[in-house]
Amino acid sequence: MRALQLERYVAGDSRVHSLDPRVKVVITVLFIVSNVLLPDGAWLAFLLGWALVLLSSALTGLGPGYATRRSFVALPFALAAVSAIFALPGRPLFAWTLGPWHLVATDAGMIRFASIVVRSWLSVQMAILLTATTSFPDLMHALRHLRIPRLLVQITALMYRYLFVLTEEASRLLRARAARSARPVSGEGGGSLAWRARVAGNMAGNLFLRSYERSDRVHHAMLARGYRGEFRTLNPHLMRREDWTVGMLAMLFLLLLQVISRTGSL
Amino acid sequence: MLVAVSPFAALRDSVVLLNVTALHIPDGFLNLPISILTWLATAALLAVAIRRTRGELGERQVPLMGVMAAFIFAAQMINFPVAGGTSGHLLGGALAAITLGPWPAMLVMASVVGVQALLFQDGGLVVMGANILNMGFLTALIGYGLYRATAGGPRRLRLAVAGIAAWLSVMAGALATSLQLWLSGTSSLGVVVPAMLGVHALIGVGEALITVAALAFILRTRPDLVEAGRARGGRGWVAAGLAVALAVVLLAPLASADPDGLERVASNLGFLDQGEGAVYTIFPDYIVPFLGETPLSTIVAGVLGALLVAALTVGSASLVRRAGRSEPEPERPVP
Amino acid sequence: MDDASPWVLAIDDLRFSYPDGRAALHGVSLAISRGEKVALVGPNGAGKSTLLLHLNGILRGVGSIVVGDLPVIESTLPSIRGKVGLVFQNPDDQLFSPTVFEDVAFGPLHMGLPEEVARARVDRALRQVGMDGYADRMPYHLSAGEKKRVSIATVLAMNPEILVLDEPSAGLDPRARRGLITLLDSLPLTMLVSTHDMPMVRDLFPRVVVMSEGRVVADGPAERLLGCAELLRVHGLEYP
Repeated sequence: MRALQLERYVAGDSRVHSLDPRVKVVITVLFIVSNVLLPDGAWLAFLLGWALVLLSSALTGLGPGYATRRSFVALPFALAAVSAIFALPGRPLFAWTLGPWHLVATDAGMIRFASIVVRSWLSVQMAILLTATTSFPDLMHALRHLRIPRLLVQITALMYRYLFVLTEEASRLLRARAARSARPVSGEGGGSLAWRARVAGNMAGNLFLRSYERSDRVHHAMLARGYRGEFRTLNPHLMRREDWTVGMLAMLFLLLLQVISRTGSL
Repeated sequence: MLVAVSPFAALRDSVVLLNVTALHIPDGFLNLPISILTWLATAALLAVAIRRTRGELGERQVPLMGVMAAFIFAAQMINFPVAGGTSGHLLGGALAAITLGPWPAMLVMASVVGVQALLFQDGGLVVMGANILNMGFLTALIGYGLYRATAGGPRRLRLAVAGIAAWLSVMAGALATSLQLWLSGTSSLGVVVPAMLGVHALIGVGEALITVAALAFILRTRPDLVEAGRARGGRGWVAAGLAVALAVVLLAPLASADPDGLERVASNLGFLDQGEGAVYTIFPDYIVPFLGETPLSTIVAGVLGALLVAALTVGSASLVRRAGRSEPEPERPVP
Repeated sequence: MDDASPWVLAIDDLRFSYPDGRAALHGVSLAISRGEKVALVGPNGAGKSTLLLHLNGILRGVGSIVVGDLPVIESTLPSIRGKVGLVFQNPDDQLFSPTVFEDVAFGPLHMGLPEEVARARVDRALRQVGMDGYADRMPYHLSAGEKKRVSIATVLAMNPEILVLDEPSAGLDPRARRGLITLLDSLPLTMLVSTHDMPMVRDLFPRVVVMSEGRVVADGPAERLLGCAELLRVHGLEYP
């Protein structure tokens, strides 16, 4: 029963899909770093960055709006930056008295807040494109190539393999609990808070033990196939000229954004 | 016949999968110096963790930590209703550390944070170092350290301490997140610390309750599986865990009560320049004083520094212990 | 409580599609009267489990489901879950408490029943499934057959109007399976059981509903349907 959507990769044969995964990872990270380095209020640079996102999204064959449509889920964290509106010295915009606090919103504060939100929003979109065009195994290969320690990559790859299995088991536990969660018409019942928490803990403990024993079975299965602590994999990724070109172009573009943002009046 | 994917269903799935705490910092909320600093600390800790687990678990390490990472991810779905539509959840760092040991737990949580960021954009990529530090290392440190301190004690005490440790681990993560946000110029200290700590004081209760119940279940059914029950070593962790827990307990009210004082101190040290977006535009000049002038002797710097110090202490303690150990550990019996 | 309706369960034109677009139920209608024991058979993917998950509102489709005189809608779910006793296929998913007693007591306690009443329910349920004396045991350490019985007890303790079982004999060795059949035979409840176990169907269920590709393709007395080799073959079943 596929109740949870764990698969984020959308298969396709666009140029972006076939780019070397290392290049995609590096470009995504550099894009994010570039965003963070852009000064507050660098609206032109932010706009050009978004243009890059839209262009990349279009090139994937998923439509230019693909990443933007999915990017709003992460925004609640923006609340964390709201205080910046009132914390930066600058030209006051409006004032607000909240109990003992007298808050003054400044232009610099608003610009800071908006810039943070935009930076985050752009970064999320590029990350979405990365995930949509790169299968998880390829992502793991890319991380290996980029010198992420092998053990970490192996653990993550195995985690991914069992992610669906274990989340399904958790779903079934939740379902079994729901099936026995009856209440009288009066609306009472439900048990005390401590009891409910204990039940949740029992479910987690149950899942823990099953998972632990499953890991033993996985271990034995690996041993039965000759595993001695090393994964041998075929690594078909070779950088082609196209990959280098795209990488260089992207870096130049990001450099350009940095320059644009620090010169001129915008 | 075809039913379009309901956006509500997709959102609901996302909400189910997204961790409910507010500890997954997205990209763009931390500045580059903080991102780099936390990545350096995390990288160092991960390197130690890798070396240590190889020694402890041998070839079993990949299947164990891989599957248990999937477990943590799945366990974060298990909730219980609190009131008015809210529910308590599990982050799992403390539970992982108590049951698997601190270093494997750190690798497990790093994997969970990584997959959450890579696949679900729950937490950023450039800020992942901070997220792993907050949700993977701090939780393991406090969870394991405090629980280990009760070794040999009565079960009720151990469970109670596990609950406190779980709560403190969430608070430590929240405090670290707040400080990172503040030092990045994203949030003002006087707002973010009380807000984060306030919210997570409640969330932490959910964490504590589930952790204790899960641990009780495991101790009752398969006590042999609880790593922290073993008699070996662990003193370094206890000391470090207690130290950081103490730092959290002392620093939190201080930061909430006198944020201006703290900001003045940080300003004087060159940590923070609240004017004209200076944090971003003078980046090249900024990183040098940040790294060079840092005496790490104030409380603010002390918390960040305490983490590094704790990591170094534990790391060197374990190296010393390994040098002193003359025979290899006996193989854990496979049930 | 006396129900005016003769049906314990009345499903009318139930349709359901998965979020990814896969259609699972194409208009299922089914009525079960009090005391009936009905077997739900069909190949994998026919939609049997999907149908069962609608009965207590875990899945919501289009169409009407009425249990007794209560329709299965959002607002009635808390009551419905006490009336429809759904036992899942894998007891490990169903038994999540440290002791058998706590697992069986979960339902009554959640309903807000006082402790003595809950305790009495647990005792009676365990006796009904032949597991009295197991109250303090850990479900985690029980055998498959014992777990299966306990999982049925967890639902019996809620005094359901209809017992719904999903593949109850799957994974049981012959002895445990025989025990299960005897147990189901002894329970006086209305029952709907989804299964591949055709010999069990022949032993226990006077009425058989055949599902295939999201539809009910046959619904009638077991002796007639099970004797119809062609019908069975077309829908991927075998004569017991």
